[in-house]
Amino acid sequence: MERLIEEIPNFFTYWNIIFLLKAMGVTLMLTLFGCIFGFAFGLILAIVRKSENKLMMPLRIFVVFFTEIFRRIPFLVTLLLIFYVFQIFQITDSLFVIALISVCLIATAFIGEIIRSGIESINMAQWDAAKAMNFSYLQILKEVIFPQAWKVILPPAFGFFILFIKDTALASQIGVMELTFAGKILNNKGFSPVLVFGSILILYFILSFPLDRFGKYMERKIASGRN
Amino acid sequence: MHQVEIKSISANYGSLKVIDDLSIQLNKGEIVSLIGPSGSGKSTLLKLLVGLIKPTQGEVVIQNRTINFDNKDDLRFARSKLAIVFQQYNLFQNMNILNNVCIAPIKIQKRDKHEVEESAKILLEKVGLKDKMHAYPDELSGGQQQRVAIARALNLKPEILLLDEVTSALDPELVKEVLNTIKILASEGMTMFIVSHEMGFVKEISNQVAFLDKGKVIEMNSPEKLFNHPENQRTKDFMMKIIKE
Amino acid sequence: MGYTLIYSQIYEFIPYLIYGAIISLQIAVLSFFGGLFFGLVLATIRTFSLGILDKITVVYVTFFTNTPQLVQIYFLFFALPEFGIMLSPFNAVLLGMTLNAAAYLCEIQRAGFLSIRQEELDASRTLNFNIIQQVRYVIFPHIMRVLFPPLSNHYILMTLGTSMAAIFGVEELTGRAFNINSETFRSVEIFSVTALIYIVITFIATFFLAVMGRYFFKAKMRIIQ
Repeated sequence: MERLIEEIPNFFTYWNIIFLLKAMGVTLMLTLFGCIFGFAFGLILAIVRKSENKLMMPLRIFVVFFTEIFRRIPFLVTLLLIFYVFQIFQITDSLFVIALISVCLIATAFIGEIIRSGIESINMAQWDAAKAMNFSYLQILKEVIFPQAWKVILPPAFGFFILFIKDTALASQIGVMELTFAGKILNNKGFSPVLVFGSILILYFILSFPLDRFGKYMERKIASGRN
Repeated sequence: MHQVEIKSISANYGSLKVIDDLSIQLNKGEIVSLIGPSGSGKSTLLKLLVGLIKPTQGEVVIQNRTINFDNKDDLRFARSKLAIVFQQYNLFQNMNILNNVCIAPIKIQKRDKHEVEESAKILLEKVGLKDKMHAYPDELSGGQQQRVAIARALNLKPEILLLDEVTSALDPELVKEVLNTIKILASEGMTMFIVSHEMGFVKEISNQVAFLDKGKVIEMNSPEKLFNHPENQRTKDFMMKIIKE
Repeated sequence: MGYTLIYSQIYEFIPYLIYGAIISLQIAVLSFFGGLFFGLVLATIRTFSLGILDKITVVYVTFFTNTPQLVQIYFLFFALPEFGIMLSPFNAVLLGMTLNAAAYLCEIQRAGFLSIRQEELDASRTLNFNIIQQVRYVIFPHIMRVLFPPLSNHYILMTLGTSMAAIFGVEELTGRAFNINSETFRSVEIFSVTALIYIVITFIATFFLAVMGRYFFKAKMRIIQ
């Protein structure tokens, strides 16, 4: 125990702290970019999936396959698959880009589902009224459904974002310099694993906890609405 | 030319055959009321006319144009001539009353915004809700929402109005205000299909009353004849039941 | 492109992978039920506000739900030996997943408890049920109906989560995929087959859970959403 306390100043050096903060930044970037991409393309997926146009049938099937597949494979396996595919086709050397692409694909699948649920939560009667007035599918979504659905979509979407911060830890396995990988490096350098992984845990906590509280606050605000 | 001609229509709601070889016509300025037990296909028929349900058999002709339910232009034509008011009013929850009444004419019919808003205000005045213009649907009572729904339908300037049990979801006190609104429309010569359980109202306002049962028109006649001297046995049974209530 | 996909080379490894999947399922089931039980204890502590235990539970749950499972296992595997506790990779993963699951399942079960308190306790009290009858006929069925979907969902997530055991050398499905990869280097083929196996086992699991949920607990369950 005393050894631990002795090590603390050796561990918390300027260089180490900057190193960890940079890694935190990478984690945050992966999560943020992944979720923004996931939201944009998840939106497209949901819109395609809920359309009733007969011509869109092949696209709809694609969306179902895409969503079910990327939601049912572990993050690690998706990551490795993309890694090896890219390696073979020599698309890019950047580990960060590979992780980013994996992250984007997975986020799209999950957020697409969240958005679809949101759309489905709106009473069919709203669709009926709009259809009877000659609204097109996209017009109904834009003028009637989404203005109501975003309240149902935002809390779980934000929840996913927070969850995703933790999932990015797996990107460490292909060598991306995010927070967990930084931990592995420091551990390999010989620092006490208690200090190293303890700090990593705390840093993740610092990222996740405030966002979680904010998310709950946002939920409460939405629930109380305009009343 | 009939405004609406329905020829031997059959239709399903889910897997259930709700309309079975139904034929009926509606002429200009006419008010035809559809009465009958629940599940007889009355509401389904109205939803079919605005293209929310597709017939499995038969023909629908609106102002001499046969409607092909797979054809977008035909459906658009039908929806431009007919407007429907639902039992559950179905106002758009995310916009205020004025926008509810104006949005379709502006965005879909592409009419001039100023003209639409003026006409909306006149209609809201007519249904007695002009002061609630900027309120939201959830701030209004059922009866008020239903009157807004009527104003919304009218602002589309339809040639034919479809009223689908518009008072069934309302508390009794609120029914009267809505019925009065419809009477005003009738006096102005609006062509209407009305589905209703309010027999007194139906008797008073209709030119023709059709009794539907199990998806077919059993009997159709003037109100006086249908209610007082029904010819078909099933009609007679139905009349007995409603007299008891 | 100087690479052709040769799936035939890895066909012989498929039984090996499937046995690995069984190990994955073992890990998932063990840590799920371990977490369920421990989580039940925690949920009970929270629901009845048992003094300082309550506060400790809050800290525990908050900590485990705001940090990644992978790092939690890293800590158990690398840091505990500093305190004299040496865990095998399998045990470290199992412990880590159990502790993690307990936190999430505590929250899920707590939500289930809270959904009960108002309505049905009153109803069953007016029917003059004693406490055992209350639990058996009213509370338990209701709770199972409410809890079954989120618990099933979390179980599926945990099944996918077992893949991180490979990082610690455990020879479950992903771990075995690593092994085959280092032997044959047919990476894309191996990991695509591995992915397929995960998809299949989650579909099977979702299907059975949906059937179970609808039949026994009358819970509203979906298979493909």
